[in-house]
Amino acid sequence: MRLPANLLIGGTLVALVLGTAALSLVWTPHDATRIVVAMKFQPPSWSHPLGTDQLGRDVVSQLMVGARNSVAIALVAVLLGGGIGTALGLLAAAVGGWVEEVVMRLADFSFAFPALLFAIMLAAVFGPSLTNAVIAIAFINIPVFARVARASAAQVWTRGYVLAAASAGRGRAAITWDHVIPNVLAPVTVQLTIEFAVGILAEAALSYLGLGVQPPTPSWGRMLSEAQTLLYLAPQLAIWPGVCIMVAVLGFNLLGDGLRDLSDPMLRRAR
Amino acid sequence: MTLLILRRLLGFALTLLAISAAVFFLMNVLPGDPAMVILGIESTEDARAALRDQLGLNDPVIWRYLAWLGGAVQGDFGVSYSFKVPVAELIAERLPMTLALAGLATVVTVALALVLGVYAATHHGRAGDWAVMAFSQLGIAIPAFWLSMLLVILFAVTLRWLPPGGFPGWDDPIAALRALILPATALALVQSAVLARVTRSAMLEVMRQTYIRTATATGLSPARVMWRHALPNALVPIVTIIGMQVANLVTGTIVIENVFYLPGLGRLVFQAISNRDLITVQAMVTLFAAIVVTANFLVDLAYLWIDPRLRART
Repeated sequence: MRLPANLLIGGTLVALVLGTAALSLVWTPHDATRIVVAMKFQPPSWSHPLGTDQLGRDVVSQLMVGARNSVAIALVAVLLGGGIGTALGLLAAAVGGWVEEVVMRLADFSFAFPALLFAIMLAAVFGPSLTNAVIAIAFINIPVFARVARASAAQVWTRGYVLAAASAGRGRAAITWDHVIPNVLAPVTVQLTIEFAVGILAEAALSYLGLGVQPPTPSWGRMLSEAQTLLYLAPQLAIWPGVCIMVAVLGFNLLGDGLRDLSDPMLRRAR
Repeated sequence: MTLLILRRLLGFALTLLAISAAVFFLMNVLPGDPAMVILGIESTEDARAALRDQLGLNDPVIWRYLAWLGGAVQGDFGVSYSFKVPVAELIAERLPMTLALAGLATVVTVALALVLGVYAATHHGRAGDWAVMAFSQLGIAIPAFWLSMLLVILFAVTLRWLPPGGFPGWDDPIAALRALILPATALALVQSAVLARVTRSAMLEVMRQTYIRTATATGLSPARVMWRHALPNALVPIVTIIGMQVANLVTGTIVIENVFYLPGLGRLVFQAISNRDLITVQAMVTLFAAIVVTANFLVDLAYLWIDPRLRART
């Protein structure tokens, strides 16, 4: 079977981002946060392939550490929100009745609060911080996964083998574990990949606005907000962090699309 | 039909009520002492006690919520702690700016997305289709604030055609419009990426239908078949996405106003955060969430108008 092109391109971009993030744990060309004012606004050179910023920090090193921070934040936030959401969705499908109604109405309702609004509330009350950004991104993922998990799980619950298991005396929890979860895993994984892209975008926006990663920790969004005050002086600083965000988001989106095509042959034929 | 609208209206009112309650309790119960949040830890106990008294914080929380809600439905959101004027006044001053930006961006978004989507669908599998799909993928992956900076570098820093930010006021409409072109473009390019993709797939779906073949067979021009027969039937998913994108539009506007230093609601909410002005932030967040819910309610009603078949199902 031929692999879809978006899976290959997306997978390559994602591998690039994850590889860079992992590499930054053990090696960066320079210390990403070391300030050498005498070296400010250096043009690209062998020692600084993308030059230095207004404080003489190496741009490549900052981008590498930024990759690690973006990936880590998106991963924690999406897994947290995805885990809670999936559990709620499975519960709704397994129990039904008023529990299902309550979970799904809450999911509808929380759509009124985009991540930025939630982060704004948390920042106003607790002050801006990375933790608040993670909570905000996790929060908006809960209804997304609750819906995906419930929709797939509800289908499984109507299958003959589930009825057979139920009439053989298996409980709802056991059926969920044995039959529902394995069947829900594919759509949830696809959604995780796509929401990962959304999470990276959200982290960048929140850090850009000062509601996420705090100085001096390097982050793509924060690098852009610093570069913005220097657009006339050093426009080149505004280019690379944005390219990194774009590559990461594009990669995860294409990978998600590719995985979906792979797991859904009907869809593949329709395209 | 009337019953259906009434039921939707009731659900809408209940959602608004739930939102106001969620925001109020999150911002008033969670922090423990709002007076501490507003004045900071370095404040004296006397100052905090005085502020608590002034804000009515000694009353039970339910009572405070009802008082706040009662004021809010009459347009009274309390007095801003940092600006020392009623929050409603602050909002009224800045609303035109935000509405103009969001409105301009939406018009450009819908126009661009429909043209690109229909073009891609009619050129399915060809170079034009691929170009639109590539535009869509890139648009989804590019943060609006970064696109804004690129536009500023090109059109303000390099070419010097348009201002890099700021707002001259409404007295000079031409200058005001010039100040809005880059922000609205940045928002619209990002927003139309998703919408163009949905328009394309909705059109592809409709174009498979037999009535499209019939319309073509009766000798109508391809353009007429496309815009008069196919597009109206593809509108339900398109309008759904427009409704869902209002949440993105609201957050996008907040971000973009901060990129271009536009004195709208998005700037206001960030000024309020840095001033620890809980009263203003609370009013703004409720307002933004209410806008999102209202848009989704209007989309629900729009379905009935777009698709007469739904009206029969009361």
